Amino acid sequence: MNIVDRRLNPRGKSLANRQRFIRRARKELTDAVREATAKQGLTDLGTDDKIRIRTDRLREPTFRHSHRQGERDYVLPGNKEYAEGDRIPRPEQDGGGGRGSQASEDGEGEDAFQFILSQDEFLDIFLDDLELPDMLRKQLRASESFSHVRAGYQVSGPVSNLNLKRTMRNSLSRRIALKRPRPADIAAREAELEKLEASVEAEDLEERARLEADIERQKSRSKRIPFIDPVDVRYNRFEQVPQPVASAVMFCLMDVSGSMTEHMKDLAKRFYKLLYVFLGRRYKNVEIVFIRHTHLAREVDEETFFMSTETGGTVVSTAFEEMIKVVQARYPRDQWNIYAAQASDGDNLSTDNSKVATLLRDQILPICQYFAYIEVASEHGGYEVNTELWRTYDELIKTGHPLAMKKVSRRNQIYPVFRELFSREQDQPSRAPT
Amino acid sequence: MTLDRTRDPKGAGFDWDFDGLQRAYDKVSDIALGELKLDIYPNQIEVITSEQMLDAYSSIGMPLMYKHWSFGKHFARDELLYRHGLRNLAYEIVINSNPCIAYLMEENSMMMQTLVIAHAAFGHNHFFKNNNLFRQWTDANGILDYLEFAKSYIARCEDKYGEAEVEKVLDAAHALMAQGVNRYPRKKAFDLRDEEKRARERAEEAERSHNELWRTLPRSGTKPQQNATEAERRKLLGLPEENVLYFLEKTAPALKTWQREIIRIVRQIAQYFYPQKQTKMMNEGCATFVHYHVMNRLHDIGFLNDGAMLEFLHSHTGAVFQPEFDHRGYSGINPYALGFGMMQDIQRVCTEPTDEDREWLPEIAGQGDWVEVLKDAWANHRDESFIRQFLSPELIRKMKFFNVYDDSVSDLIVKAIHNEQGYQTVRTKLANQFDVVSMEPEIEIVDVDLYGDRKLMLQHRAHSGIVLDEKETAYVLQHLADLWGYEVMLIEIAAQSDAVLKEHRASPSGAVASN
Repeated sequence: MNIVDRRLNPRGKSLANRQRFIRRARKELTDAVREATAKQGLTDLGTDDKIRIRTDRLREPTFRHSHRQGERDYVLPGNKEYAEGDRIPRPEQDGGGGRGSQASEDGEGEDAFQFILSQDEFLDIFLDDLELPDMLRKQLRASESFSHVRAGYQVSGPVSNLNLKRTMRNSLSRRIALKRPRPADIAAREAELEKLEASVEAEDLEERARLEADIERQKSRSKRIPFIDPVDVRYNRFEQVPQPVASAVMFCLMDVSGSMTEHMKDLAKRFYKLLYVFLGRRYKNVEIVFIRHTHLAREVDEETFFMSTETGGTVVSTAFEEMIKVVQARYPRDQWNIYAAQASDGDNLSTDNSKVATLLRDQILPICQYFAYIEVASEHGGYEVNTELWRTYDELIKTGHPLAMKKVSRRNQIYPVFRELFSREQDQPSRAPT
Repeated sequence: MTLDRTRDPKGAGFDWDFDGLQRAYDKVSDIALGELKLDIYPNQIEVITSEQMLDAYSSIGMPLMYKHWSFGKHFARDELLYRHGLRNLAYEIVINSNPCIAYLMEENSMMMQTLVIAHAAFGHNHFFKNNNLFRQWTDANGILDYLEFAKSYIARCEDKYGEAEVEKVLDAAHALMAQGVNRYPRKKAFDLRDEEKRARERAEEAERSHNELWRTLPRSGTKPQQNATEAERRKLLGLPEENVLYFLEKTAPALKTWQREIIRIVRQIAQYFYPQKQTKMMNEGCATFVHYHVMNRLHDIGFLNDGAMLEFLHSHTGAVFQPEFDHRGYSGINPYALGFGMMQDIQRVCTEPTDEDREWLPEIAGQGDWVEVLKDAWANHRDESFIRQFLSPELIRKMKFFNVYDDSVSDLIVKAIHNEQGYQTVRTKLANQFDVVSMEPEIEIVDVDLYGDRKLMLQHRAHSGIVLDEKETAYVLQHLADLWGYEVMLIEIAAQSDAVLKEHRASPSGAVASN
């Protein structure tokens, strides 16, 4: 016989299996969430509280007997009252007692791997690998509110920040180190002396003198070594930490001139919805400003923004001017993160293009965390020729301005395009159009 | 008995140490080999932590196993149940190998370690080495080497073809694992060591040759034998074939050599575990009987004190508890309870038979040498035949067995109870219930459409109208179709009348075999 101690063997032998399982489960969840959103439509994204996902790929199927059909003839233990020929009413389900629960032993566990996702978890997976580009850098620059965070101790500070515990600890260790006599020790000596004086043999002078000297020495020592010394004192230290601005405002700019069809507006709407959900995950408070324009721009409410059509020419710069106006009036930069998404079919008055470029470069981009341009086309839309606006923006990108743009012509492209714009791996230069 | 712990260091609650383990092993060995005359493989006892026990659990109890997500899934579930306190870990795991490996958990008390040594290292070990099914179907000498080979082979495949590709084959093969065993004896004993060598030869051979069956070009000069008779065709393919994985490995047209090898590995492992399914009750009964005998004897000779004995009885009665059918905790017949009950009963019949026993069990009643009778039963029976032969009226009464008929529609009917008229029926029905044929669907491959669309045809013989679970069948068939590479059809027929009950079909998704 051989006894082997395996306890110190490398741990986590099944780690690889666990990882494979988690990877599979996660992939399954992600796929299911994507599928669910495709069916659900974006409007419902925030409404359902729970999303049930059956993970078929985590099943381990086998050929097994159905429990619902056929004749069975089995033996059970623990008969109490039955005699031959008795009839027993069917148990409610095929479990109850007896063979049912035995046979389903294997099957039951499978259902345990049904995932029920809360809305938060759902969105987490939905927006899993997306990130706001440049968020940190811009945020720090943009944030001017601070919060105080405890950060260790310091030797000076206001009395209200005195840390008594730490101070007393220093005091105690110093007193021990310097052998400051404890009051109790002195009291004990004094009691001893008293006892000696009270006793009959008061002639033990030598002992008495020794005690007196001792007491004297201890008293002077405890005077010289203070109970609390300035070197003991500690104050709580606080640090100012820049607080990311927790509010964001999202500007939706859209061309509503006659050339924009319902289909195009629908595409734009879907994109805005996604952006809204996404920003909502990152900020406590998200406001939306709708600005629509023809040759004139106006801030409107959501319904007007999407529903009504107008006629007129197309002058994009008006929308930018309107946006700048709104920002100046209501959204100071130190309190708001500003996002803007523009949707258009790419038409613009050709004389306006240079003004658009200037506005964008000098005023809009510097205040925005992110500016995305979505060029919507009709469903069959081939966009072989780049539009005026596209070319204008393209110039800006080429000269290194942070601006993202994509073309979309079908509904099912919205989500991929959105992912592309915000995907985490994305490098700075690749934000240029492809 | 003394409770003086200084003289008797094996008191309940005492921590174990390695010297203690050795002493306990020696004592257990004296009784198990001396009195019960057990015949065992050399033992290797390994002390592990609870986490390692969970690890071992999830990879079907084997110390070496290839990697697959399903083992991770089992780990996740077991761990959850364990952490939430819903389930205790097994005290031991024992592996049918030579040397026989038994795992002991470090958390066990000294008493538990002694119990586990008796139970696993002697009880199970003897059963593995002597039971006919294990001797015939498993190769204790080669299993660890074979698993080592399987693990590294599959790891190499993952490197070469990607985890995802390997996973697809494993997923599909696992779904058909229960259909990957040969149920009837074969001529040659199992030799897994040889397997590894043959795996290499097969790969080389496969590259040189091709399968005559799938010749698509007509032989020069002769006309293709379009109308070979059905019987000839089946014979050529070795049909009908109950071992679905074997058939796929040998004949699936579109599988690559490494995919066939993986199917073979899954098949070998399924075959290795097949005897355990058929002898679960006897195997546990044997181990429980051995530990019960040994622990009592250790108490008799003063090696176990009263405290330890009480601790032992507590855990023993927990293991052999049989909840009644209407009890909340009822989940079928407890194999420990029935196995242990029957073996104790055999001991009683051998030594103190009643007239009833003489009538029902004439071969062994009053035979006296119960050790020999039990050893003979352990060697030559499986659960089903063991019950058929040895279940006594006395035990039927004790466990209050009764037989119920259920047609899935109307009220259940009590057909027999534990009385004079009922004993024979109860015994037969219980034996049937432990028969693998009644537990697992009877599925075989019956035909392949050689000249047409290569459709693979399977048949399920449904006994007593019990058909397959529709949903699960669809999943498994999909896996089967993916391995086969062409359409697959499963027909369910009634075993008695050959009437067709149901049909299932699946077409390959192209996930595994590509044409």
